[in-house]
Amino acid sequence: MQWHDWLALFGQYLLLSLLSISGAITTVPDMHRYLVAQHGWLTDAQFSSSVAIAQAAPGPNVLFVALMGWNVGLNAGGGIGAGPGAWLLGLFGLMVTMVGIMLPSTTLTYLATRWGHRNRDRRGVRAFKQGMAPVVVGLLIATGWVLAAGNHAGDAPAWHLWLLTAAAALIVWRTRLHLLWLLGAGALLGAVGFV
Amino acid sequence: MHPSPSGAAAPLPPQPKSPRDLFVSFTWLALQGFGGVLAIVQREMVEKKRWLTPEQFLEDWAVAQVMPGPNVINLALMIGDRYFGLRGAVAAVAGMLAIPLVVILVLAVLYAHYAANPQVAAALRGMGAVSGGLIAATGIKLIPQLRKHPLGFATCLAFVALVFGAIALFKMPLGWVLLAVGGVACAWTWRRIPA
Repeated sequence: MQWHDWLALFGQYLLLSLLSISGAITTVPDMHRYLVAQHGWLTDAQFSSSVAIAQAAPGPNVLFVALMGWNVGLNAGGGIGAGPGAWLLGLFGLMVTMVGIMLPSTTLTYLATRWGHRNRDRRGVRAFKQGMAPVVVGLLIATGWVLAAGNHAGDAPAWHLWLLTAAAALIVWRTRLHLLWLLGAGALLGAVGFV
Repeated sequence: MHPSPSGAAAPLPPQPKSPRDLFVSFTWLALQGFGGVLAIVQREMVEKKRWLTPEQFLEDWAVAQVMPGPNVINLALMIGDRYFGLRGAVAAVAGMLAIPLVVILVLAVLYAHYAANPQVAAALRGMGAVSGGLIAATGIKLIPQLRKHPLGFATCLAFVALVFGAIALFKMPLGWVLLAVGGVACAWTWRRIPA
């Protein structure tokens, strides 16, 4: 990657930060389009494993962005086996994507929350809050779809992956089972060769 | 710990002692949050520490969700800001991110070490399929709330389907979809709600 590639990556994340209404997770489809489909900086497997590891690990889910940056840097440095240079590049990539995704949104939130709180009865504020609701719902469902579809590398029609996704969605929707059990079950089903 | 019964004066509402207290509290909170932190935030901030009343939590959460950026990060930012201004906001957000970031990097390195193992790759594929389901279910769970929407349930569902189709099926850039569909939805809502 050239310096202008890093700059473009940073710019893309600055932009996505402002677009990440209802959480960074709703920008996942766009990150996939940019990193995997358009530039080939990440493989499909690296992309979905970044999200899956962040979901399984403690902490806010936005950390998947850090892993994407880390992987972009590692790839640019020749892979994790290439030594300290690649690791440093990985950390650099992590900084680029994390600062990019955090800086605009936190600054805006910091400035806007006081204003919004004072003006929460204004028609425009209410229209924005309520008007975005169906859009946010559609984005979340689309994000789940894009993530699930990203697992289908190769040309095997993996109906059991879709089955697993649908079953997980159904259980989360209808029960209060801890999410960690579901992720564990997914890992187990994978390890024994079901998916 | 039990509150001392001897002091009869009305107790002050509990609040963080210092930015350092915020940092430690949010670190601890983030490290408990496997598969998402929101449920933990509610339990720690409202039920255990009681820095927020349930009403405050709901109101803050609505704003955190409407603002761009990760929701729980926005929430931490708002809580930190309320008690110690910018310093508090930075302390709370840093608490959310710093230690979990180290944990997730360790996990990613471990994963990379074992990624060649087909069972590990398959386990992660299984987890990826599950996390797609988790996120889709988060969206599905919000659908009933659209029943009370000023645009009416059917119109809302049409917006959900439109966003889903544009992002998941036609892979359109997020910014344009938000601008076009979100813009129409907000403007339409504005006309429907009382001034």
